[in-house]
Amino acid sequence: MDSRDPTESPIMTEQNPEPQADPRTGPDQSPPMVSAVGEPAAKQQRRSREIGHVELQSLNAYYGSNHAVRDLSLDFDSAKVTAIIGPSGCGKSTMVRCINRMHEEIAGARSEGKVLLDGLDLYDPQIDIVAVRRAVGMVFQKPNPFPTMSVFDNVTAGLRLTGASRSELEDRGREALVGAGLWEEVKDRLKAPGVSLSGGQQQRLCIARALAVDPEVLLMDEPCSALDPVATLRIEELIGELKERVTIVIVTHNMQQAARVADTTVFMLSGELVEVGPTDRVFTNPDDDRTEQYVTGKFG
Amino acid sequence: MSAGGGHALLLDRGNLKRRKRFSALVGAASTVAALLAVAVLVIVVGSVLLKGVEALSFHFLTTPTALFNEPGGGISNAIVGTGIMVGLAALMAIPVGLLVAIYTTEFAPERIAHPIRFALDVLNGVPTIITGIFVYGLLVAGKQQSGFAASVALAIIMLPIVARTAQEVLSLVPATLKEAAHALGIAPWRATVRVTLPTAAGGLLTGALLAVARVAGETAPLILLSSIFAPRVLTEPSEALASIPIFIFQASESPSPEAHTQAWAAALVLIAFVLVLNIIARAFYARSRKRMGA
Repeated sequence: MDSRDPTESPIMTEQNPEPQADPRTGPDQSPPMVSAVGEPAAKQQRRSREIGHVELQSLNAYYGSNHAVRDLSLDFDSAKVTAIIGPSGCGKSTMVRCINRMHEEIAGARSEGKVLLDGLDLYDPQIDIVAVRRAVGMVFQKPNPFPTMSVFDNVTAGLRLTGASRSELEDRGREALVGAGLWEEVKDRLKAPGVSLSGGQQQRLCIARALAVDPEVLLMDEPCSALDPVATLRIEELIGELKERVTIVIVTHNMQQAARVADTTVFMLSGELVEVGPTDRVFTNPDDDRTEQYVTGKFG
Repeated sequence: MSAGGGHALLLDRGNLKRRKRFSALVGAASTVAALLAVAVLVIVVGSVLLKGVEALSFHFLTTPTALFNEPGGGISNAIVGTGIMVGLAALMAIPVGLLVAIYTTEFAPERIAHPIRFALDVLNGVPTIITGIFVYGLLVAGKQQSGFAASVALAIIMLPIVARTAQEVLSLVPATLKEAAHALGIAPWRATVRVTLPTAAGGLLTGALLAVARVAGETAPLILLSSIFAPRVLTEPSEALASIPIFIFQASESPSPEAHTQAWAAALVLIAFVLVLNIIARAFYARSRKRMGA
């Protein structure tokens, strides 16, 4: 999405009565957005409203004839962390990939139903699929920095392609690295290859890269499963800091992790939504028997 | 043989010695075969080296072929001619080959990509004399031989090599990188240009270099398309140009022993060129693999 016309700001103009505060529309059309530390005022204004509100309505997802997600309706809380737990193959990752429309990239995969972001259906034919990914970012299981780019170029990779100015790139890149808790560790190594960092640092680099585009929602697909416990803890702390800026949806195999980081927990089984509720309640006093069996480890 | 219950299975059933001998035999046979293969290369390169080195000199490399292959000539026109024809062929085949590879790996659905790959494999197997005849009928019959016609034939031969190696390398780029680029909201074509291609760059270069190395020595099309030329350095592709393979061919048919030695020397130049290109190509490929594994 290269248009910088403020009346056509990425995908949610109709729902957004104050068109002023959109960093994607470029430097000339919005007030100075970026400061080196802390959040720009305009962004804080946006955060106070219901930004990053994701709602799934009767979502069905298929791989060919395999019905992986069945009639799933779910309302995610804004500016909170929601964890999706469930046994392998229950459709957690599939469901999450439908939110940023990555699911349909797989050959033979399709989905039905609605995914609403701030009330706007992302599957509407008029929606620009590339812009969807700017609003809904994703971090993958295995860190995947671009091997041909430096640390800094990796962070700004999503920004460079919308023609942002040099100084804006530097500012936003730095902001993203600070936000991902990586700035202090890499500030002297910005030109080093992205792949020269440790595993945990690479994953935080990927988080910074996703944050630099300023998404409203951040999807994390088992982001710590390839990392050691120290790196994992660091990222869990980061999630706690980030949730005020972005709505976070985290898929995890690790129930203890869900208990540590998530405000809301969703339990899925065989493609269906079994239970959703505050994390404490889901783990200590679940409504559904199946949830109880899963969280007490009777099956997994 | 019947030591207590469960251990009976672990005992030698009597054929262990035979199996060990057989295994050693096969191991030895494979090692010998491998050494043989390497030996063949060493013998070929060695004999070319030994037989050609005496005619190799600065004069040899910078003087055009003498009239009717009389003594005193060299291969400068052949080197220039090969350079021009292979260069033109590369200019035609490499961009097209790369684009085909990008199309089939990044954008085409499998039901289209599959027949394209198959067609390229078949094209790869077409005997080069047939490619030569085809281009002859197209560009030379009724007119005259030309270096350009030879380039076209060489480009046709190069195309499947470039395209297939490029396809292999592009499909080796981890899908997670492309996913990461798409998930950032980078448009697919941009992701290809800024992420996939740079990552695969080493391997793509390898494919191009290997194709050039292969085609530098292709003789059959040159016989039909660019074999009758004046003994001086020509650079105009609309005329027939000299080339190293044709020089080798013609010099080896001459009765004079000096011409034979010159043929060996020209072969030495050609093989050196091919070897160097192969080594460089491999180095780039190794670097590219390392990057993608990182």
